[in-house]
Amino acid sequence: MTDFFNEMTADGAGAVREHYRAFDDWLRHQPPERIERKRAEADLTFRRVGITFAVYGDGAGTERLIPFDTIPRIIPAHEWAKLQAGLAQRIKALNMFVHDIYHDQDIVRAGIIPAQQIYQNAQYRPEMQGISVASDIYAHIAGVDIVRAGEGEFYVLEDNLRVPSGVSYMLEDRKMMMRLFPELFARHRIAPVEHYPDMLLENLRSVAPAGVLDPTVVVMTPGTYNSAYFEHAFLAQQMGVELVEGKDLFVDANAVYMRTIRGPRRVDVIYRRLDDDYLDPLAFRADSTLGVPGLLSVYRAGRVTLANAIGTGVADDKSIYPYVPDMIRFYLSEEPLLHNVPTWQCRRPEDLAYTLDHLDRLVVKEVHGAGGYGMLIGPAASKQEIDDFRRRLVARPDGYIAQPTLALSACPTYVESGIAPRHIDLRPFVLSGKTISMVPGGLTRVALREGSLVVNSSQGGGTKDTWILEE
Amino acid sequence: MLSRTADHLYWMARYTERAENTARMLDVAVQTAMLPQSAVDTEQAWRAILGISELQGAFDAAYGTLDAKNVLAFMVSDPANPSSIVACLTAARENARAVRGVLTTEVWETQNATWIELRDRLGANLDADPGEFFDWVKLRCHLARGVTLGTMLDDEALVFIRLGTFLERADNTARLLDVKYHGAGAGATHDVLTQREFYYWAALLRSVAGFEIYRKVYRDSITPARVAELLMLRADMPRSLLACMEQVVANLKAVRNDVSAGTERLAGKMHAELQFARIEDVLAAGVDETLGAFMENIYALGNGISRDFLVPLGA
Repeated sequence: MTDFFNEMTADGAGAVREHYRAFDDWLRHQPPERIERKRAEADLTFRRVGITFAVYGDGAGTERLIPFDTIPRIIPAHEWAKLQAGLAQRIKALNMFVHDIYHDQDIVRAGIIPAQQIYQNAQYRPEMQGISVASDIYAHIAGVDIVRAGEGEFYVLEDNLRVPSGVSYMLEDRKMMMRLFPELFARHRIAPVEHYPDMLLENLRSVAPAGVLDPTVVVMTPGTYNSAYFEHAFLAQQMGVELVEGKDLFVDANAVYMRTIRGPRRVDVIYRRLDDDYLDPLAFRADSTLGVPGLLSVYRAGRVTLANAIGTGVADDKSIYPYVPDMIRFYLSEEPLLHNVPTWQCRRPEDLAYTLDHLDRLVVKEVHGAGGYGMLIGPAASKQEIDDFRRRLVARPDGYIAQPTLALSACPTYVESGIAPRHIDLRPFVLSGKTISMVPGGLTRVALREGSLVVNSSQGGGTKDTWILEE
Repeated sequence: MLSRTADHLYWMARYTERAENTARMLDVAVQTAMLPQSAVDTEQAWRAILGISELQGAFDAAYGTLDAKNVLAFMVSDPANPSSIVACLTAARENARAVRGVLTTEVWETQNATWIELRDRLGANLDADPGEFFDWVKLRCHLARGVTLGTMLDDEALVFIRLGTFLERADNTARLLDVKYHGAGAGATHDVLTQREFYYWAALLRSVAGFEIYRKVYRDSITPARVAELLMLRADMPRSLLACMEQVVANLKAVRNDVSAGTERLAGKMHAELQFARIEDVLAAGVDETLGAFMENIYALGNGISRDFLVPLGA
């Protein structure tokens, strides 16, 4: 797999792309020791500041750093403009889709999406049927994973509409780059991202229940052992709101309150960072102590806003993903601006047959999988692995989708052997409230192992700063 | 402020203070052990260390042999002992992490850096120079307190940090004094000390950074009665019971709520008793009895604070 698009030099051997020239010129004049020293400095700072993520099942209190790469990913303004328009379009349609699913289901009746795809979806919440949510917004915060296959060819890999993580790394990576290489910021016009928390707070306030003039917003975390705890604490601090756990909240007289040292205080908007299943033991998992008994009833009465809305996951499933372009056409009467990756749905017999015939060339994913687990990367798999996966596929075809292995673009990255291209993706964060907004850029994740396409932090991926260059 | 947030701040401060107190106590014990003394005295001194934290049972069950090496292992690096330095600094850091958004960046990074450095230091040769390690712990705790005062907004968060600090400190001073009075035996209240008794009381003063203060305040020889007066009744002695209770009363008043009147009353009563007591009265009533009652009240006060502010107030 050497045939990939290089963000800096396009085909790998060609001239440096225009928007990378100033950086390339700078990089040529840096002694490698300086970059290495800066990287060590970054690691030390990240550890001292405690920008870590908890690792599950790896002994109590284990915290790891996500490797930080000092070489930025640079995107020119015209490419970002295209991405931004495509993202706004996509998230708008997805919000309309979730609203439709929990109301009239026009898209099902129009024959575009089979009803069973909705009702058999593990993330479908019958409790939400017919319920109105503030401003009809469901995915208040979306993280959309985007990869590039070639010049101008962006593909959406996944729409994360539940509790997408990573925005704190986007902000901390920028802070770190400004600290390590201030001279680069003098040489480039780099669009700022630091106002994200302000935009998020404004967005959350804009979707408060009707009639609440000065809403109290909180961030809700499952607790310190959660892998994204740093991010939860960070966002609460940056927005200047309380970081609450389930046990800090209670329901009384059809309202949600938090327990403070001065007694109960009403809460209007909850940016919750735990899944539907754990929100309310009376409605969902009874064994969970992370949630708030009775929360769902207050929510259904429209007296508290949850961001993201309950049941939003029905739209970010890998089995719904193939229909997003059709959703855009159906709800907006527009052609999609961003591509989907061609997808075979193994629940269809002809798609399954094709997949089984081409396993060595495809990526096969579990419909409900996440974090890079439970997938087969055909070209990199052994015969044994392919045979094993074939059996799993035949036994439960509706649990899988297949996609061609895209030649993910790569970006120069500082690795042990020096600077070498490594595959990357991009997760911009899209906010939906009264309007759709986003800061320019997102989190660039990088697969640090040579040839690897898996960028997840839980699989050893790293991150790097993402620059949108202003013109 | 969330009740849980106040709870984490309070315990962050208590554990930081406890780590410092454990280090102080062990530091003095290690130094005292270098003086010529009988094997029985040595063992008694180490047993007293365990007595202060009410940990004899836990120690005997886990270690058996009572010697310097075992007591140090138990009190420095045993995570199962809630008063060990490792357990305290880890708990302080965990509480800080839970509310890192409420702390200033400097306060959080100080707690976190202490915890990171602690693991490296434990790996080093602690046995060769325990004093250096205890100095480091004391310095880090001084730093934690200083960075808190130097950077935090003077609001409710700081109040709960102070409440934790002074409640823990009052408890610790009372325990130290109590055990020393037991250890010295009834005869030690006489005024002319034997050489052994002198070192004994000097060590107690050093463990609360009070040796030089004693000289400054009394300009006289060391007597148990004056030590008791200094550590119980002097408002200008930063680790005395009276100084700690003054802080507890003032900070409780700052966060007074609808249900905290009873707790405030108890704190005020404890404060007044110390404020208006004379050392002659304390000696007449018995230092043991006075300290025993004080420690019971501190325990009740801690429960009161938890109930009124920290433990969920309910619907």
